[in-house]
Amino acid sequence: MRMQPNAQFDRQPVPDGFGPIAIQLSEAAVTFGRGDRAVSALSKTTLRIADGEFVALVGPSGCGKSTILRLVSGLVQPTSGVVIVGGREVAARAMRVGMAFQNPTMLPWMTIERNIMLPLKIVEPFRSNFRKLRKTEFRDKANALLEQVGLKGFGNHYPWQLSGGMLQRANLCRALIHEPRMLLLDEPFGALDQFTREELWTILQNLWMTRKPTVLLVTHDLREAGFLASRICVMSARPGRILDDSRVEFARPRTVAMTFEPDFVALNQKLRAFIEDARSAAEQGAG
Amino acid sequence: MFGIDVRQKAWSAGLIVLFFVAWELFCLMTGMSDLVLPRPSQVFVTLFQRFPVLWPHIVQTLATTMFGFVLGVALGVALGAVIGVSKTAYDTCYPLLIGFSSIPKVAVVPIFVLWFGSGTVPAVLTALSICFFPIVVNIATGLATTEPELEDVLKALGASKFDILWNVGLPRTMPFFFASLKVAISYAFVGAVLSETVASNRGIGNVMMTASSNFNVPLVFAGLFVLAGLGVALYAVFSLIEGRVTGWATRKNDVIAT
Repeated sequence: MRMQPNAQFDRQPVPDGFGPIAIQLSEAAVTFGRGDRAVSALSKTTLRIADGEFVALVGPSGCGKSTILRLVSGLVQPTSGVVIVGGREVAARAMRVGMAFQNPTMLPWMTIERNIMLPLKIVEPFRSNFRKLRKTEFRDKANALLEQVGLKGFGNHYPWQLSGGMLQRANLCRALIHEPRMLLLDEPFGALDQFTREELWTILQNLWMTRKPTVLLVTHDLREAGFLASRICVMSARPGRILDDSRVEFARPRTVAMTFEPDFVALNQKLRAFIEDARSAAEQGAG
Repeated sequence: MFGIDVRQKAWSAGLIVLFFVAWELFCLMTGMSDLVLPRPSQVFVTLFQRFPVLWPHIVQTLATTMFGFVLGVALGVALGAVIGVSKTAYDTCYPLLIGFSSIPKVAVVPIFVLWFGSGTVPAVLTALSICFFPIVVNIATGLATTEPELEDVLKALGASKFDILWNVGLPRTMPFFFASLKVAISYAFVGAVLSETVASNRGIGNVMMTASSNFNVPLVFAGLFVLAGLGVALYAVFSLIEGRVTGWATRKNDVIAT
């Protein structure tokens, strides 16, 4: 079923300071399995994200946050509705996006540098020049990114020589090396300790401010969402839908100290209340 | 100061020498007849004296083993790749594979002889059929356990199934593959000798059969020594290659940077 992009959406104004619509979900729903065993992962969701926005998805666990990421990356096709990314419907072949998950999944037989260069081996136009440029231009590119995340000089190390926080930084580099316009992050800092996490927020914020990709971040951490995002979407319990969609106006660059100021705490409380409601509603529904 | 490695090798060599000395002493003290259990010194003398006669048989056994092994590896890798990549193929093929691998190969040799006559061909086929299974299982396991998250990262970049197989699946299967090669080469060897014992007029297996029917027990043992020696040598060769290719999988014990 192929539909033309909805004219109604095209007319809607784009938020100030951002480009045209980059990601658009129109009543997209996802169901896994068939018949009696069907599990609804995401009920009809409509969401528009402008180019260059940093959107955080928060909500109770199992609410379909990751499903939205997988829809946008083309790993999952919507059961109904339409998903349009970069002006085109997400087809069988996936879009060029950068992804990072909670588990950094660096390949153990490659150095960090070569791990980071992996997307260049896959994605055009880098792919056709990979053999020619992997020792020069591409390597420089990888090392420049490593320097930006504070891993200068670790390019020739193997993944097992690095700590969890360092691996997660390398993971960010791998997600960015092919200069994607879109960055999809699924709880990338979930497994890290508080201090490392806060350090990586600052790094991610810097990367975003210099490159301005569209970012979709799934997280459980409300402080993380408030620190990083320009907009936060709160989702209900499974099958998920978006309950609240609000902008975060704090000035950038934001600091960790800022997350303890009253305005920020108030935002956190508000989000928290939404998620509490969603959770208790889900429990009543189940009971 | 000797490294751990050198000391370990010295202990291994020492144990082998000790084994032969104990055997020699046991035979001397009990006055064991060499028709039952020849002394190792007798065996080595026989081995040395008969070596020119044994040599073509050694070459024959080695050639059939390697030929069967190479075919087995090629087939095993191909089938392992197919059933490792596709869950459907895995579920479909597994019962048949288990059934096939459960058949004692000694029971298959007469069938091969029936089809291809005695000699080299059944030996190669027996070697192939016996060494093929561990390779299939290991390749399939290695491929099937590729981290789904990493696959997602690559799929989101538009990587094809082949891209993923080539860049991730196959390299991460290498430790499994080489572990299986070490097992498979020993199996292939057993298969070739087995077939030679039953139906061939060449090869170490045949030499041992002939020698035992002539009650030339030292020669039988000489054959055993040759087999053991070849087995160790082939194993060592593949261990060496394994260390070169898949060092990354065993380096975890080295110093970790912080």
